[in-house]
Amino acid sequence: MYRQTLTQLAADLRARRVSSVELVRAFLARIEASQRDLNAFVTVTAEQALAQAEAADRALAAGRGGALEGVPFGHKDLFCTAGVRTTCGSRMLKQFISPYDATVVSRLKAAGAVMLGKLNMDEFAMGSSNETSYFGPVRNPWNRALVPGGSSGGSAAAVAARLLPAATATDTGGSIRQPAAFCGVTGIKPTYGRVSRYGMIAFASSLDQAGVIAASAEDAARVLREMAGFDPRDSTSVDAPVPDYLAELDQPLAGLKIGVLKEFFDTGLDAAYERCVREALAVFERLGASVREVSLPNIPLSVPVYYVVAPAECSSNLARYDGVRFGHRCAEAHDLEDLYKRSRSEGFGAEVKRRIMTGTYVLSAGYYDAYYLKAQRVRRLIAADFARAFGEVDLLMGPTTPTPAFELGAKVADPITMYLNDIYTIGANLAGLPAMSVPCGFAAGLPAGLQIIGPHFAEARLLNAAHRYQRETDWHLRIPEAYA
Amino acid sequence: MALTREQVENIAHLARLELEPAEIPRFQQNLSSIVEFIGELERAETAGIAPMAHPLPGLTQRLRPDVVSEPDERELYQKNAPQVAAGLYLVPKVIE
Repeated sequence: MYRQTLTQLAADLRARRVSSVELVRAFLARIEASQRDLNAFVTVTAEQALAQAEAADRALAAGRGGALEGVPFGHKDLFCTAGVRTTCGSRMLKQFISPYDATVVSRLKAAGAVMLGKLNMDEFAMGSSNETSYFGPVRNPWNRALVPGGSSGGSAAAVAARLLPAATATDTGGSIRQPAAFCGVTGIKPTYGRVSRYGMIAFASSLDQAGVIAASAEDAARVLREMAGFDPRDSTSVDAPVPDYLAELDQPLAGLKIGVLKEFFDTGLDAAYERCVREALAVFERLGASVREVSLPNIPLSVPVYYVVAPAECSSNLARYDGVRFGHRCAEAHDLEDLYKRSRSEGFGAEVKRRIMTGTYVLSAGYYDAYYLKAQRVRRLIAADFARAFGEVDLLMGPTTPTPAFELGAKVADPITMYLNDIYTIGANLAGLPAMSVPCGFAAGLPAGLQIIGPHFAEARLLNAAHRYQRETDWHLRIPEAYA
Repeated sequence: MALTREQVENIAHLARLELEPAEIPRFQQNLSSIVEFIGELERAETAGIAPMAHPLPGLTQRLRPDVVSEPDERELYQKNAPQVAAGLYLVPKVIE
């Protein structure tokens, strides 16, 4: 039953063909069996999950229950979960028991989803390979010598290996789409403000957005429908109605105008990966869409803009870890400054320290205008490029990443090489746009991802395009041999 | 632009981080290459372009009414504190 999609499982639960307890037991067994090889989880909540599954079965027996009643589910360990350890992949929060649920968590709980555990991730979501996690790297289910991508590597690996039908994830510069591409699963980062950030541990507040990693666009739509919507507890949450993403999935694509991102094919794109993406574009043409090239002239600057804006926001957000109110505290501090400095130095890993220091530098006296304000100006140019493109086309498409998954350790020595992994994904975050990664084939035996970017609040259009593509192809149904 | 050892130490101090002397050269090298990388932005023509402060066009931060909306959860929150006494967070002595 683990091969079934979330949509099928939800229907089977509703029809009482399977119980939630059976499903939860089956997935927990898969999680346990894979943990040593994949390290996808930081915490497994078996007891709570079984108790919740029993309650879900009672609700279903009584003909009640939400849209995801009894469905096994997982949360990236960046979402606060009341009474359950929430580490954000860091030693700093190794023992942090969240006193409350993130809005995303409480909404999915209300919809009936059963949480099986918390998923591994790069420390504070800063990384593109999952190697910065204090709890050790996650491995790629397609080849365990390779990284799963990051920062939502645990979510992507778990769905790829069918340890869970779907999981939450977050995306600040590509952290949903890049691991989804590396692991051959479907991921969506909604429009900034579409999903509440309340209870999501902050990294870069003008870029962070919660989304879903699932086996198909239809599954992602089913989950996103429950997560999305206004939340008064997040001052950047947008008060706009959420369309029924499921109702629009099957719309025909005839007449859809697709722009192919010229700059994404110009340099550094793996040749076999490019063939996968070109073949995917041909499928859309067969479905009646028109495809034309579109240029975003300022997009090559998106990575340097990101590495000013994101570290600046990170430096401010992570100032809260002071060893006083929660989180790691050093032993025997002799004064307050010593307490701050040693608690933070012991609690944070090297990549987090690099980002905090980069951010501190670009915000410091004399550099603020040259770096931070300059980056925010270029950010507007990039957003304007996208806005212009969406005056001409309905969706933009291109590769999600320049290459398929790489080996563990291959890029840890040089931060810039690691940062360039996100060269195609960062633009959507800077402009606040919704974007997806959809499996579109295999490059040298490894999954390749087609990226689809839409105008603000066009999640339904993205999911519709991805779903129609997935009706024509079966890349999203492939499961790594070791977990098939 | 290469950062000096003193600059790196100063940034670390501003960020309230204590670096081991042995790890400073690595941070110095990493941060220098990051600063060089983001220096690319200099070349962008941005005259007359306003800095973008919110990712959605036309939106600004919403303010909530200034009324009490949350219950007092001090005890619950202090369960995560490293050291508390009588409902207060304990830190090393600040004033002699």
